[in-house]
Amino acid sequence: MNEPILKIEDLTFSYPVEEGEPRVVLNGVDLDIEPGTFVAVLGHNGSGKSTLAKHLNAILLPSGGKVYVSGMDTADEALLLDIRRTVGMVFQNPDNQIVANVVEEDCAFGPENLGVPPDEIRERVDRALKAVGMYHFKDHAPHLLSGGQKQRIAIAGVLAMEPRCVVLDEPTAMLDPIGRREVMETIKALNRDSGVTVVLITHHMDEAAQADRLVVMSGGKIVSDGAPKEVFQRVEELKTTGLTVPETVRLCYELRQEGLDLPLDTLSDEECAQTLYQLLQR
Amino acid sequence: MALKDITLGQYFPGDTILHRLDPRTKILMVVFYIVALFVARNALGYALMGVVLTAAIQVSRVGFKAIRRGMKPVYIIIVFTAVLNVLYTPGQGEPLVTFWIFTIYYEGIRTAIFMVLRITMLISCTFLLTYTTSPIMLTDALERLLGPLKKIKVPVHELAMMMSIALRFIPILIEETDKIMAAQKARGADFETGNLIQKAKALIPLLVPLFISAFRRADELAVAMECRCYHGGEGRTRLRQLKYQGRDIWALCLGFGLCVSVFLLNHLGVF
Amino acid sequence: MEPIIQTQQLTHIYSAGTPFQHVALDSVDFVAYQGEYLGVIGHTGSGKSTLIQHLNGLLKPTSGQVLVAGKDIWESKEATRQARFQVGLVFQYPEYQLFEETVYKDIAFGPKNMGLDETEVDRRVRQAAEFVGLRQDQLDHSPFELSGGQKRRVAIAGVIAMEPAVLILDEPTAGLDPVGVEQILGNIQDYHKAKNATIIIVSHSMEQMARTADRLVVINDGRIPFSGTPREVFSHVEELEEMGLGVPQMTRVFHRLKAMGAPVDDTVYTVEQAKAAILTALGQSPRSTRTVSSDEKGAV
Repeated sequence: MNEPILKIEDLTFSYPVEEGEPRVVLNGVDLDIEPGTFVAVLGHNGSGKSTLAKHLNAILLPSGGKVYVSGMDTADEALLLDIRRTVGMVFQNPDNQIVANVVEEDCAFGPENLGVPPDEIRERVDRALKAVGMYHFKDHAPHLLSGGQKQRIAIAGVLAMEPRCVVLDEPTAMLDPIGRREVMETIKALNRDSGVTVVLITHHMDEAAQADRLVVMSGGKIVSDGAPKEVFQRVEELKTTGLTVPETVRLCYELRQEGLDLPLDTLSDEECAQTLYQLLQR
Repeated sequence: MALKDITLGQYFPGDTILHRLDPRTKILMVVFYIVALFVARNALGYALMGVVLTAAIQVSRVGFKAIRRGMKPVYIIIVFTAVLNVLYTPGQGEPLVTFWIFTIYYEGIRTAIFMVLRITMLISCTFLLTYTTSPIMLTDALERLLGPLKKIKVPVHELAMMMSIALRFIPILIEETDKIMAAQKARGADFETGNLIQKAKALIPLLVPLFISAFRRADELAVAMECRCYHGGEGRTRLRQLKYQGRDIWALCLGFGLCVSVFLLNHLGVF
Repeated sequence: MEPIIQTQQLTHIYSAGTPFQHVALDSVDFVAYQGEYLGVIGHTGSGKSTLIQHLNGLLKPTSGQVLVAGKDIWESKEATRQARFQVGLVFQYPEYQLFEETVYKDIAFGPKNMGLDETEVDRRVRQAAEFVGLRQDQLDHSPFELSGGQKRRVAIAGVIAMEPAVLILDEPTAGLDPVGVEQILGNIQDYHKAKNATIIIVSHSMEQMARTADRLVVINDGRIPFSGTPREVFSHVEELEEMGLGVPQMTRVFHRLKAMGAPVDDTVYTVEQAKAAILTALGQSPRSTRTVSSDEKGAV
């Protein structure tokens, strides 16, 4: 049952450069992702995290190594449609991935391409729009919606293909805090309620902190992998990869530098407040 | 800002009979209507056309305001045509007014009025079509109506897809133009003053970023479409099946009837 | 402190007289003082973008006045033109406005429009490039060959090169990773210090605002409900939450802590203050100053 839905074996990727050596973007990545998990991939710009994402449904093909989606080799062109209906992709700019002028028609685009019968498309579209909480906007024009709403439409468009896994490549980078919250809530609900495997590419620590598992990338390699609570305890290590930790963790880290005995697993406001409270009670 | 007034390709969602008609029917009705407009020769004919249009706008609940707003960009053309017709239509009877090198006849005024009515009604009815039909439905309908052309290797599906994407991106690009324009103005760019050459030169800081962004968008959209399994028209199904229904037959009869009536009215010889 | 920009009863109505009429700004009295680092916070659609576009004359008030250095910028055409150069405005995602063949030419666009002579343009371009950390040899490259973060710094240099007395930036760090954010904020700080320029930053990040701004102005529904030092502004926890803006994470944690009954100062908004507050509550003083000073620059 627990065969990984995504299996990446010694993946390397380099862009050809006109003169000289090709630029290596991914340098030996090994990663297995179990079905039903919520995995965040954190890294600075140029760490290779977006390139990795593009390998997960065969937008890019490995220069070396293998990527398997539900056991299907992404390099096998005959399997392309099956791979893409298994792993859906959501990108950064919602405007550039919405195809149609009416919300529900955009949502239907994927199933239409898959040749799903009309009655079933209708069901899938309704279900997908309800899942992202945009059902009552189904007749609206996308360009009149907020950024967060547009991104939820984009997510619904992918859901209507009924993928087993959704990969989101910095879906909140262009949104305001309200939009970011909307999208994060949608993603979490998706994973929790429908059991869809979620891979979230991000450079926001607070988003990464909400995942079950956190993979940190730097220089085209995975440098850290574990539960967010564990990974964020490696404050120094994250700093050297150009990343920071949530302020709640940083405060505890700073206090430890002062010789106080505090745990570093304080990811939420509440956990941090509790930890500090206990410290002050001692 | 002027750019925002362009309502081309805008769609007002609704649930009136006009919204529910099969888009193919609506396109054919617009064709009938236009034919009738060109057939009409006298005031009675134009009056009938006007009544039909008014009724249709009323039924659609789109509102006359929206139609009028859409007409804005073509006002000048209408006025221009009217003036030309007034001034240059030769007549048989007594000239009404003569000044400088112009002579105005009764016929000139008559033609001008009919011309203005014809253009206004023609544009209004096409607006009514785009206002009540979502662009996807519209392109879908065109794809079906033009379907037979596939046999002679016309890429009908691709053309229809291009058209619907173009319509989707018009509002986005308009907004983007406004933004870039404001940004360059903040750097002291001047889009208003200067002669034609200076003005054309001033557009470079606007057009270069706009093109770059349009290409980037096209690129990203293409990847996003592929990710959603787009692979051309083959094997595609549609959310909304186009199916002619009872009301479509009635509507088409009505359209045809309109053409015939106008033709008959021509022979009633009033005005 | 002298006010450098002032608005008096500034009102802006979009599409006035149509069904789409929308009051974006409603009798706003806004002031920015000479040499201050001011933060403007408000959610999307609050009117903050409309406000900043009035400050350099890109938008004309429906009613009310905009004064730059005490002068009404709509008094004459020349006054409006001058306001454009005195008040530099960097829009969101400015990298999308680049258009020239080389970085140098792009940065020179603004100064050239000001009608400066060639040597002055050259001086300004080189200095602006330095402010944003571009190497001299990068000036001859095409801006489109650069990375996203570098492109944004070129665009900011293009405005800095006009040497505005007031530099306004709308979400200058949107979409950047922590390293990119620190670079841009550092660049802005350098310009602020070197020219004693007034900086106005619009941002959604309360943590960032807490760390950088001297004073904050909150905009909501086309009005300014309150403004003041970060400490004052962030004491309005409930109101800010209600507006959908929120407060810095440290403020939230300390509010919670105080609610639990811990005897701490709950007006903190940065990690440094939080640390000091805890140490004070424990009756300790910071062991070293090293962490404090390095963190002011080092972390988000």
